[in-house]
Amino acid sequence: MGANEFLEMRQINKSYESTHALREVDFSASAGEVHALAGENGAGKSTLVKILSGAVQRDSGEILLDGSPVDVGSPLRAHRLGIRAVYQEFSLVRHLTITENILMGQMPTRGPRWWIDWRRANARAEEVLEEIGFTGLDVRKRVSQLSVSHQQMVEIAKAVTHKPRILILDEPSAVLSEEELLRLFALLQKLKAGGALVLYISHRLDEVFEVADRITVLKDGQLVGTVRPQETDQGRLIKMMVGRTLSEIYPRRNGKRGETVLEVRGLARTGDFEDISFALARGEILGCFGLIGSGRTQVARCIFGAESSTAGEVRLGGRALRTRSPRDALREGIALLTEDRKRDGLVLTCSIRDNVSLASLGQISRLLILDRRRQGQRVSKLVADLDIRPPLIDRLVHQLSGGNQQKVVLAKWLMTQAKVLLLDEPTRGVDVATKVEVYQIISQLAEQGIGILLISSELPEILGMSDRVLVMRDGHIAGEFPRAEASEQSVLAAAAGVNP
Amino acid sequence: MTRSTLDRPTSSPSLAARLGGFWASGRERLSHGWVDYVFYASFILLILIAASTSSVFFTNQNIGNLFRQIVTNGLISLGQLVVIVTGGIDLSVGAIVALAGIMVSGFQAYMPLPVAILIVLVVGAFCGAINGFLISRFKLQPFIVTLATVEAIRGFVYVYHETAITPSNPMFGLIFGTEVLGPLTSSVLIMLVAYPIFWLFLNRTTSGRAIFAIGGNDEAVRLAGINVRGHIVLAYLISGVCAALAGVLLAARLGISQPSMGAGFELDAIAACVIGGAALGAGGGGSVVGTFGGVLILGLINNLLNLFNVQSYYQQIIKGLIILFAVLARRRER
Repeated sequence: MGANEFLEMRQINKSYESTHALREVDFSASAGEVHALAGENGAGKSTLVKILSGAVQRDSGEILLDGSPVDVGSPLRAHRLGIRAVYQEFSLVRHLTITENILMGQMPTRGPRWWIDWRRANARAEEVLEEIGFTGLDVRKRVSQLSVSHQQMVEIAKAVTHKPRILILDEPSAVLSEEELLRLFALLQKLKAGGALVLYISHRLDEVFEVADRITVLKDGQLVGTVRPQETDQGRLIKMMVGRTLSEIYPRRNGKRGETVLEVRGLARTGDFEDISFALARGEILGCFGLIGSGRTQVARCIFGAESSTAGEVRLGGRALRTRSPRDALREGIALLTEDRKRDGLVLTCSIRDNVSLASLGQISRLLILDRRRQGQRVSKLVADLDIRPPLIDRLVHQLSGGNQQKVVLAKWLMTQAKVLLLDEPTRGVDVATKVEVYQIISQLAEQGIGILLISSELPEILGMSDRVLVMRDGHIAGEFPRAEASEQSVLAAAAGVNP
Repeated sequence: MTRSTLDRPTSSPSLAARLGGFWASGRERLSHGWVDYVFYASFILLILIAASTSSVFFTNQNIGNLFRQIVTNGLISLGQLVVIVTGGIDLSVGAIVALAGIMVSGFQAYMPLPVAILIVLVVGAFCGAINGFLISRFKLQPFIVTLATVEAIRGFVYVYHETAITPSNPMFGLIFGTEVLGPLTSSVLIMLVAYPIFWLFLNRTTSGRAIFAIGGNDEAVRLAGINVRGHIVLAYLISGVCAALAGVLLAARLGISQPSMGAGFELDAIAACVIGGAALGAGGGGSVVGTFGGVLILGLINNLLNLFNVQSYYQQIIKGLIILFAVLARRRER
């Protein structure tokens, strides 16, 4: 890299306790580019950008902007240098309005300095949202009333109002719909044209290839290299990230299908979805694709009894079910892995043992007394089978990495020995290697005769794993494709409601 | 079930990495126990100070006194712990102590003693169940709900009897006040037996584990097919029974029940749980053993300061400082 780079980070080191999060990292990026950071979970991407944004202090090394060393000892200093970050965790104040959040600390005033000029404030906030191509939102609404994806857009708007020279986006797409993602990409082009540097972290490689001018790969806290997307492909990038080729991301299965196990007829929930009918066979993986807000999550929650349906029926093994709670569904052998493990999948303050056995306490107890030995044996078996690290079942779950946490949730539902598994985004926020492991687990479960409904917003995952693909749009089933006919184009077209 | 076909580099960690892991886990264990060690040390220090400066401390009579005095807080704290572990708080226990004390003192004039006690325990359970029902059914804040029930129960106590009642059955004080094991009375033994039972309940039963998990993430527990509402009701019900039992034993010890008794008891119980490692409102943390330590430390300090004739106002100041220290120390631990 030349000496004329806009941003240079030299010899950056950072350790947490005994682990090196970053080791002698030399990173540079120029103004007017979108620079993606790629790597597995724990590779050091987030740490690197957090050092740049002042959220985390480096142990050694220096940071140069325009060739001169700068001090980013705190987020405030970073802000003054024009560095803004949008992290995975939101920093919005939920009970304030969109306007207040976007203009926090710079609300326009009238007369005395403390008298807020609400008209001007709202107008300014609307202007900002429009600038980033995000219209149709009432800025007087409270943030707590917004969907997660809208919150994400507000978060980005808040960062952009300050006209940052460096904008850091950490996994912005995880909660955005395809359409919002396109708007975000358009915004990034605009920022780029204005001479800003965008640092972009994402797990989704197709997205990285689409948006980035250069990609820097980190692995185990070290910088592996920087490439241009046109000079490489996803396979080679994965090899850089993981250190070896992934011969096969999606495992092959013989795809033998048994008799129908789950049948959904005319299921509806007012306001969310209606007229949902499909059948799931033993040993089948039925993919369910849809944009955010298409109702796919609600359908799964209704089948599981976590929400109540207003019409229709669910049949299991030919018998109509009356599931009014998750308890009923579990008793019948239906399990649901929810999309957000931290919100409703894990008890972070409890151990692996407690989490994995949480949904099967009845099976490992007699007269309400836990059989600790049996509990330990069955949990240990699952921990070994799923290769959860470290394999210490009394370790608290919040001490585990994201990928291992996801495996703990999966283990919890496997322990229930369900006949039907509803998997809602089973690989969200986990690294490539763990994804592959999860895929293998899922296909082995199918081979064992379990019926699997795989809900995902990652199209390659749907296409790679499913025997059949259901597409949902606006609360309806918009298409159903056998594996052979499901292509990226056909599925996306059905999901977006356009003719291919 | 499966193992990744990728031979991940982590499956054969370098010696350095392995050593690193070893040290890390060692340090973790140490830092985790740090606060506990401080408390054990201060506990032992307290006893040593007591033994060396006061000739009375180790007498049978004083040890008996010490334990008699912690029976009430010991029982209330156990119930409080169960509630705190669910992420809640129960402010109504002091009022339930008064209700139980005054009812058991009054009822025994009209019915056999065991029946009176049983009725009072059921009343305690009922009060707790109402707390739990309001909190879980309507998703109300435990602090507010139990604050409201404090008022209601206190009012009810005065409606029942405005003045003090002396228990009419002479057996009442005798049964619970007799020394059965060295200087320890049967009341003390009831309290001491309750601790292992609660430990077993919280650690070895499905309900206990569910209660622990609810404090960490109630939605995850609901989706795991567990009856969350029922368990919250159960937790407050247990707290109500503990408080009622504490009220009965207190009435037996004092030999007279005032309608104003039990004021502020909920705070001592919360303090004992917090000193024992429980986190308010967050679930997680909190243990039966730790709570027993908290009860003992609070009791010891009272006992010592009494031996040295320190005014009770100073006792309160010192108690406040200890609670603050406990919370600060735990904060560093997290």
